[in-house]
Amino acid sequence: MTARLVVQRLGFLLLGLAALIVIAPILVVVAGIVVRGIGAISWEFLAGMPRSGMKEGGILPAIVGTLLLTLGTAVVAVPVGVGGAVYLSEYARDTAFTRAIRLAIVNLAGIPSIVYGLFGLGMFVLFLRFGTSILAGSLTLAIMTLPVVISTSEEALRAVPTEFRTVAASLGGTRWQGIRTVVLPQALPGIITGVLLGLLRAAGETAPILFTVAAFYLPQLPHSPLDQTMALPYHLYVISTQVPGMPPGVQNGTAFVLLALVLLLNFAAAWIRRHFRRRRPW
Amino acid sequence: MSKVSIRDLTYSYAGAPSPSLSGVSLDLPVNAITVLFGPAGGGKSTLLRLINRLNDLVEGTSRRGQVLLDGEDLYAPGVDVTALRRRVGMVFALPLPLPGTIRDNVVYGPRLAGVRDRGRLAEIAERSLRQAALWEEVKDRLDASAFSLSGGQQQRLCIARSLALEPEVLLLDEPTSGLDPISTAKVEGSLFALKESYTIVMVPHSVQQAARIADRAAFFLGGELIEFGEGQQVFTAPREKRTEDYITGRFG
Repeated sequence: MTARLVVQRLGFLLLGLAALIVIAPILVVVAGIVVRGIGAISWEFLAGMPRSGMKEGGILPAIVGTLLLTLGTAVVAVPVGVGGAVYLSEYARDTAFTRAIRLAIVNLAGIPSIVYGLFGLGMFVLFLRFGTSILAGSLTLAIMTLPVVISTSEEALRAVPTEFRTVAASLGGTRWQGIRTVVLPQALPGIITGVLLGLLRAAGETAPILFTVAAFYLPQLPHSPLDQTMALPYHLYVISTQVPGMPPGVQNGTAFVLLALVLLLNFAAAWIRRHFRRRRPW
Repeated sequence: MSKVSIRDLTYSYAGAPSPSLSGVSLDLPVNAITVLFGPAGGGKSTLLRLINRLNDLVEGTSRRGQVLLDGEDLYAPGVDVTALRRRVGMVFALPLPLPGTIRDNVVYGPRLAGVRDRGRLAEIAERSLRQAALWEEVKDRLDASAFSLSGGQQQRLCIARSLALEPEVLLLDEPTSGLDPISTAKVEGSLFALKESYTIVMVPHSVQQAARIADRAAFFLGGELIEFGEGQQVFTAPREKRTEDYITGRFG
């Protein structure tokens, strides 16, 4: 074996090891939660109200709360985020103003989520008087999600070759017609992936909902956007650290449900990406 | 009679050391094929893109002089650019079908222009595909993906797509550069038929092609129009030494 081959083998070995180091903790965490949590899953656990200080019963309000918050986040973040991305990618010229917007987006993505929580408290709960509510929580999560949605959508739009826009223009299309009929459809898989990844993060976050919506113990379903609600990540935090004597089955079951929800969204994103990539012409 | 008139046109891109076109004046006649030829970087493609204002999409350019269509200044304030581009169609070097079926591609322009009637769209599709000499090959699979066509068919599809708008002028930028000789012959054949009713301006992909199809020929070098005349005259008895050198292969 020549020296070059030895180096190559060694290189592959190291790269494989690096990949293993990345994957191993994920596998361990997922496997651990699945093994311990799946036993706690029952119809009552998924569809029942919590009872006796959350030590018994189900976690339905937390599941519904998280689903509603994620939906609320999507309703706000998707139109604003995708609209912003279309503006930045298709309309905006490179000026000091747009550079400032881009800088702001990059910086927003780097802000710790607890800061979003405090902002939400000040802005939506107190100043706009939404109170601790699904509305305030969704808006807070939406603002946290926006940078992800905007930057991934913008990237997806920019990945569509310029020539498509030129062709649309040469056939008498206005800029918007070209975007609507040619650019957006081709950028859609990338946009959907970005949106799902952003929502994924929103669904799993605790800090932003801490002061804006999450209820410690509220064994009922919300009736209006101005109601408080329980939510899975916060519920998990509460039953793991705040309530002594919590049966481990409830904790592991809750973790399992949250994980399943997030993984489901993740697989959906991967599937959409794969499905559309096969149909992409270039 | 000239359909398009270029008047003392000078045009530069941002950051370019010299203008892409300097002081070009040119009259493009109706019902004829005018070829713009010369070495790369001579300003041919830029001139094409100025005739339907596609260069509007490029930022930081500067222009002096006029481009007239039927005597009207295309760059006058208030000109409807999308309407102009329906009157002046363009075919690019690389065929670029839009995502969708063959039919979708052909009627893309008319649809954007607001034609909704299915019967009318079907008529347009058939007429345009016949004009582009593609109808017989695709008439039974109009709902197949446009990407299922060969390169030569895709380019004729792009020609049909431009013709669907019934433009008055058809601009072609090296439309056969990626095609095999048989497909090239088909495209050239359809251009011959089309010049009966259109004003055709083409950047050919070789001097040979230019000589084959030119009614009028314009030789460009470094952004300047060196020589312009009847195709036969330019290619057999050029007046300018530089034209002759290029045609006979001494440079370029």
